[in-house]
Amino acid sequence: MADVNIKINGKDYQVPEGITVLEAARMANIHIPTLCFLKEINEIGACRMCVVEVKGAKGLVTSCVYPVAEGMEILTQTKRVIDSRVKNLQLLLSNHNRECLSCVRSGKCELQALCRLYDIKEDSIYDGEKPKYALDGSAVHLVRDNNKCILCRRCVAVCEKNQGVGVIGPNERGFNTYIGSPFNMKLVETSCIGCGQCIAVCPTGALAEKDNTFETFAALEDPTKHVIVQVAPSVRAGLGEEFGLPIGVGVEGQMVNALRALGFDKVFDTNFSADLTIMEEANEFLQRVQNGGTLPLITSCSPGWIKYCEHYHPDMIPNLSSCKSPQQMFGAIAKSYYAEKAGVDPKDIVMVSVMPCTAKKFEIGRDDQDANGMPDVDIALTTRELARMIKRANIDFLNLPEEAVFDDPLGQSTGAGVIFGATGGVMEAALRTAVEKLTGEPLADVDFMDVRGTDGIKEATYNVAGMDINVCVCSGTANANKVLNMVKSGEKNYHFIEVMCCPGGCVNGGGQPKQFADVRNFVDIKALRAKALYDLDKDRPLRKSHENPDIIKLYEEFLGEPGSHKAHKLLHTSYIARPMYNDPKSKR
Amino acid sequence: MNLQDLSSIKERILADVLEPAEKTRVLVGLATCGIASGAAPVMEKFKALAEGNDKVFVSQTGCVGICQYEPVVEVITPDKKKTLYVKVTPEKAEQIYNEHVLGGKPVEDMVVGTVLPSGSEELAMSLEDTVFLKKQTRVALRNCGHIDPEEIDQYIATDGYQALNKVLTTMSPDDVIQTMLDSGLRGRGGAGFPTGLKWKFASGNRGNVQKYVCCNADEGDPGAFMDRSVLEGDPHAVLEAMAIAGYAIGASMGYIYVRAEYPLAITRLRIAIEQAKEKGVLGDNIFGTDFSFDIDLRLGSGAFVCGEETALMTSIEGNRGEPRPRPPFPAVKGLFQKPTILNNVETWANIPRIIMKGADWFAGMGTEKSKGTKVFCLGGKINNTGLVEIEMGTTLREVIEEIGGGIPNGKAFKAAQTGGPSGGCISTVNYDVPIDYDNLIAIGSMMGSGGLIVMDEDNCMVDIAKFFLDFTVDESCGKCTPCRLGTKRLYEIMEKITKGEATMKDLDHLDELAHYIKEDALCGLGQTAPNPVLSTLRYFHDEYEAHIKNRKCPAGVCKDLLHYNINPHKCIGCGLCKSKCPADAIIGMLRKPHVINPELCVRCGTCITACKRDAVEVV
Amino acid sequence: MATAQTSVPFDDDPKLREQLMAVIEKYKGEQGALIPVLQQAQDIYGYLPIEVQKIIAEEMGTPLEKIFGVITFYSFFNLYPKGSHKISVCLGTACYVKGSRKVLDRLQDELGIEPGQCTTDRSFSLDTCRCIGACGLAPVMLVNDDVYGRMLPTEVPDILAKYK
Repeated sequence: MADVNIKINGKDYQVPEGITVLEAARMANIHIPTLCFLKEINEIGACRMCVVEVKGAKGLVTSCVYPVAEGMEILTQTKRVIDSRVKNLQLLLSNHNRECLSCVRSGKCELQALCRLYDIKEDSIYDGEKPKYALDGSAVHLVRDNNKCILCRRCVAVCEKNQGVGVIGPNERGFNTYIGSPFNMKLVETSCIGCGQCIAVCPTGALAEKDNTFETFAALEDPTKHVIVQVAPSVRAGLGEEFGLPIGVGVEGQMVNALRALGFDKVFDTNFSADLTIMEEANEFLQRVQNGGTLPLITSCSPGWIKYCEHYHPDMIPNLSSCKSPQQMFGAIAKSYYAEKAGVDPKDIVMVSVMPCTAKKFEIGRDDQDANGMPDVDIALTTRELARMIKRANIDFLNLPEEAVFDDPLGQSTGAGVIFGATGGVMEAALRTAVEKLTGEPLADVDFMDVRGTDGIKEATYNVAGMDINVCVCSGTANANKVLNMVKSGEKNYHFIEVMCCPGGCVNGGGQPKQFADVRNFVDIKALRAKALYDLDKDRPLRKSHENPDIIKLYEEFLGEPGSHKAHKLLHTSYIARPMYNDPKSKR
Repeated sequence: MNLQDLSSIKERILADVLEPAEKTRVLVGLATCGIASGAAPVMEKFKALAEGNDKVFVSQTGCVGICQYEPVVEVITPDKKKTLYVKVTPEKAEQIYNEHVLGGKPVEDMVVGTVLPSGSEELAMSLEDTVFLKKQTRVALRNCGHIDPEEIDQYIATDGYQALNKVLTTMSPDDVIQTMLDSGLRGRGGAGFPTGLKWKFASGNRGNVQKYVCCNADEGDPGAFMDRSVLEGDPHAVLEAMAIAGYAIGASMGYIYVRAEYPLAITRLRIAIEQAKEKGVLGDNIFGTDFSFDIDLRLGSGAFVCGEETALMTSIEGNRGEPRPRPPFPAVKGLFQKPTILNNVETWANIPRIIMKGADWFAGMGTEKSKGTKVFCLGGKINNTGLVEIEMGTTLREVIEEIGGGIPNGKAFKAAQTGGPSGGCISTVNYDVPIDYDNLIAIGSMMGSGGLIVMDEDNCMVDIAKFFLDFTVDESCGKCTPCRLGTKRLYEIMEKITKGEATMKDLDHLDELAHYIKEDALCGLGQTAPNPVLSTLRYFHDEYEAHIKNRKCPAGVCKDLLHYNINPHKCIGCGLCKSKCPADAIIGMLRKPHVINPELCVRCGTCITACKRDAVEVV
Repeated sequence: MATAQTSVPFDDDPKLREQLMAVIEKYKGEQGALIPVLQQAQDIYGYLPIEVQKIIAEEMGTPLEKIFGVITFYSFFNLYPKGSHKISVCLGTACYVKGSRKVLDRLQDELGIEPGQCTTDRSFSLDTCRCIGACGLAPVMLVNDDVYGRMLPTEVPDILAKYK
């Protein structure tokens, strides 16, 4: 596209035609503040924070959606602009619960940051009527506090557009507008899939995960409990951000040391059970291919996706892999194999998981996730909650040693397990194993580049042992919906589909550290975090799940072989069709 | 259908219906205002009376504009003499029928001249004889009150669909746009954007992309009903104009977005579309050309903001009617993301006439930058309420004193409000400013869609501003911060003022906040919402100060600032007020002067009505 | 705030449902069909309870929340049933200036309900409305489709009696 000449604050710039004033200013290293704007999915010009002066325009213009034009003169910092932003913030505060001291988002709140920037005093001159909204803590994974909502609608945009769920939206109008569910159903009564993407984009404390840190501390304090922890691959790719590190800096070592410092009896790696998942899932795939089972096989690691499928495509349940997610497999093995080995009564084990995910909080309470007669996992924490615990325990995270190893026997993993956190990772890991099993020959190249990258839908065809295997990888349930519809219509013929609920996979999960929209709009967070995982994979001596010696041992000593009766009992689960809405009338 | 067919229909209808040589025509105004005043039974009566009499032709028509004097009936005798009767009842209808229709003698004590002056000694027999109409120039309203809106042939008989024929058979699309540009027609819906320019922006890439033509009939300004009158009185004018626009920009589909509150307009539009399709002036290959155009109706669902163009389109698309930022402008990306033009009803109604009579004719009317005429709805404290169409540049004084007949009850004119909740109040200072787009904006108001509410000395300007603000707060879509929260806070400050709780500092806050909203809101509704406040602050600052500094409402409107007293010299202690008082706020012994307890008084005024001695005083 | 709870149970009349399905069928595949469908659904049922919204959501493949958001945006849509006679008082400028508030006050007194409510016997519901464009007749009130102009508060009881 051609360039246009513009002036920003008196200086000349050449910028590409068609970009917005906001983007042009960014190129000139001017960061115009925004609140509602989320690139591509929430370009609604509603909050009016990003206003600037454009010579000749009638009023102030919203830079987030206003395109540059030849000869345009833009002023971003005039008194008129500043006054307007100040008024805007004052008005937002006049209708905001200002309990910043106790707010979970304090220090990470975009509204708070802007108020500090523009020196907004707390006693708003516009105080007036302020609606009181009841908190909605009905779902296991989040709490909505509309008293802190500024109606930026970012949550609505991700829910509807990225996730294709749309269980929240603006209701009523004018001053009475609020974000909620139909007929003010509680979130738990809706077909919310628990992905937590809404939390990830909320600029204030209106949306937050349900906090399980206190019960975790309590368990750690309890001498009768054997408290063990597993950490998902993506956590190490994101946790550093909570401590001020740049996005994409892996902190595996500090993380392990911090968990030990917190007092966990054992620090294990979910990567281990990711390898285990591959063993089971690759086997399931081969079985289905060879025995004419239901295809395409669709992965089942992502609990948000599973719930999505149950609500929105229940007819596809037979296609879902019966494998539990790595988190649940881990718990099941920990409370059987590990308990036996360590000589601990499984009843005394508190299995804590740290996940980049809020849907994991739902998953631990699902039916058929209690292989040993007790829940496989007891507490599912998010990356953000782990950071909170580390800070609360006064651990100097950044100065912890970078060297550390997970505990045995559930600590060792391959590169295949590591990349589970990025979209395409499960597929690649599965291919590394399945292809070798099918051909019976070692793979020359373990990198399946076609399924990597942050595109929402990727597909590839591999000729394996004389058979074309069509695979598809998608992330974000809106994309999953597209793929499933293509499969149902016969437009696509896949053998194996990987679905991750969150766009970009778990690295961009709803439980990951929050980044301001200001960052999200200009940096591809999911790509940076994924890179940290692919780097780890590259450096691992073992990169194929079936070569993990601990996994081999586990099958030898305990499970037998993939798909065995015991493996089925412990590592596989079942699904149920769920209605779109629980009928609130029949409820309670 | 071709020009020849149009002409033969015209000849036939003129001969048989509109100007029959030997028949007397009786026209009953059956628009909403007429029906509400009881025109339907009047119509029934005339029909019954004329049953079997082939010398009498009874027909319905739209609104002639004197809503206050409805039901109105026009009798046109074979000598083409028109007589307009006002406030007709079924009984009076019988008298009119017997004495005038059959007897040939007009019933003088019921004619329009009894309520509207002629400007001379003569009694005004027809509306044309009155000052009310003499001062008007009717272009958009030309057919209202003259033809049956449910008969396409009658529209054709007034040269209807000839403009469309002319455009399709003799003009290129660019010629049409040039004509619109030359005419100087500006949008009648509020902002006054040049219509030709709008069309030009949407005219690119004809034939290759889907485009839409929309009619904004979501007339929602309180006090404005000209669009309703046009739709009820002359719906085909709008359809014809939309088809012309479709040809000009290369669109084949049109939508009319009409308020659900206008059931009669909807019915008549439906009939009109149906008839136009039957006649082949809508649909495929109109007039045998390759131009095809279809129109569908979409009903509003009660949201004022949908009168804003982007909100209207969002609503047609099936969403909450929330405006979206511009650019992209609708001419580039409008309805369903396709190039779209949107004009309001009154704008459309002008267009066939402009095509037929030429751009120069239209541009010959009005002021330098505002051409043609504008329809206003006169309301409030004025003698002749109703619909008037004046040439741009007419002064407010002419409109109010001559056409409107002045203020009732000998009260003094205080202000006129134009532009509804988006407009402002014009005070006596600007009584003689010629009304056009730019002048109204310069004096802090705006044309708006054309509501003109007159206020007299009994109206409190602070209260009026608060009233409009209340409206906007209620109708704000809630999307952008300045409108959702700003107008609400603005309203709360106004409330403080009218309750006597404000300080002069609040007045500063009011002014600052109003300017901020004006500059920062997302759409036209928000940007203009502070106008009623800003214009009253400008022209009636003293009234604001009186509310704040003296805790007084000079017009005696703001309840909380009123004090009810019983004048002990007038009170005879009858106890009537005491027994009627809903708040038990009045105490006193029988035959002794009573007293009102201000703590309990709710200022309802019941005591004033109850007292036969005028002893209750409000200060 | 609106909830799915109403005092009046939903009457799932198969005839009405058939009509609704016909409306949905008519608009299937048409762009921007949601609002016309909701309008006609309301014509059929008189209001739009959750049961009706769910049918529309399912048949049209639109999220229920979107439908609810649209319904609560427009004042024309009702989540709750209305009385058999719908009274509406115009609070447009002209009517306001000429005292429509007092007419409304009187109606409230006579019916014992606030605007937006329905009498317990479901015979009357009371609402206020924006300008209906009959300013020449101000103040104006509507009972169903009947327009009463130049209203005095004292005329209220007689008018109500006509509908009892």
